Amino acid sequence: MHELGVVFRIIDDLTELGKENELEKIHSVTLELGEVSGVVPSLLTDAWKWAADRTELMKGAELIIETLPAVTFCEDCKSEYETVAYGKICPKCGSNHTYLLKGNEFMIKEIAAT
Amino acid sequence: MDNVRVIEVKRSIFESNDQDAEKLRGELKDSKTFLLNLMSSPGSGKTTTLTRTIELLKDKYRIGVMEADIDSDVDAKTIAATGVKAIQLHTGGMCHLDADMTRQGVRELGVEDVDFAILENVGNLVCPAEFDTGSTKNAMILSVPEGHDKPLKYPLMFSICDVVLINKIDVMPYFDFDLEKCKENILFRNPNAKIIPICAKTGEGMQEWADWLSENIEEAIK
Ligand SMILES: Nc1nc2c(ncn2[C@@H]2O[C@H](COP(=O)(O)OP(=O)(O)OP(=O)(O)O)[C@@H](O)[C@H]2O)c(=O)[nH]1
Ligand SMILES: [Mg+2]
Ligand SMILES: [Zn+2]
Ligand SMILES: [Zn+2]
Repeated sequence: MHELGVVFRIIDDLTELGKENELEKIHSVTLELGEVSGVVPSLLTDAWKWAADRTELMKGAELIIETLPAVTFCEDCKSEYETVAYGKICPKCGSNHTYLLKGNEFMIKEIAAT
Repeated sequence: MDNVRVIEVKRSIFESNDQDAEKLRGELKDSKTFLLNLMSSPGSGKTTTLTRTIELLKDKYRIGVMEADIDSDVDAKTIAATGVKAIQLHTGGMCHLDADMTRQGVRELGVEDVDFAILENVGNLVCPAEFDTGSTKNAMILSVPEGHDKPLKYPLMFSICDVVLINKIDVMPYFDFDLEKCKENILFRNPNAKIIPICAKTGEGMQEWADWLSENIEEAIK
């Protein structure tokens, strides 16, 4: 499962952060997740619950997910449009010379800890 | 709860993986090992291609293979039968490998005495493209039955590959597969991609692939 692999990644990063900042307990973790990051939030939450409970530092920590919209840019008519609604084809001019401007982010934004 | 403090992290999951990947690439360079990350959809011919590749190169280089099968050791056994070092990575049902998991595999394989290490990645064209494994080069196999428009559907995968092998060209007459169109689609996503049509079953095109590999392995071990 993709989400589990991703969760292990987050746990690795936070374990390191916990050492750097001499944290005892992480109470919540806030993520910024792009609309087209390929991660399903509900599966991510499930995987998080399972994996975080197996650590001392993150046991029971809440996972808060903030979704960021996806935007695509068209090289031909220089316009921007919503990726989720139109995909790779520009709705203004029909071109497929387009690329994703944002929406595949996957960031750990902040944590609350003691 | 008192004293709870909010710590700004602002760290991208991919970024931290990219850092691990760069580190592993550096370590491999130091140990003079060329690591190939081989990706594809399930069943497009990774293991068959690897078996042939090993036959062509095993007298020239010391080879080691890491197999990332979801839940069996069938492929690792097939590869071990060629006489090279082969291990099974324990991916526990994961759909991709990240740099950290690759590093663990590299440790287990032991690359001090390996010139050419190969990672047969999990059969999937989506997330393996997002997670840099730390390999020296990326290759993917697209097999004829999958269709010539695959590069348009999985742009990221095609854009990160140094080489695209088009496998199973022996069955081209039975499929509505346009080789020229396929090359065009790949180059649209990645103008620098090297494209080699092969038939892992008969060995056609395998020499060109072996030559490309030799060139890159020589670069890494010199
Ligand atoms: N006709 C034809 N069949 C091929 C060719 N290469 C591989 N095959 C067949 O395709 C099937 C899958 O090949 P594998 O090498 O196991 O593919 P794989 O990508 O390693 O598969 P997974 O590890 O299960 O994802 C086997 O039945 C092979 O015999 C080819 O060039 N032509
Ligand atoms: Mg295989
Ligand atoms: Zn994945
Ligand atoms: Zn447009």
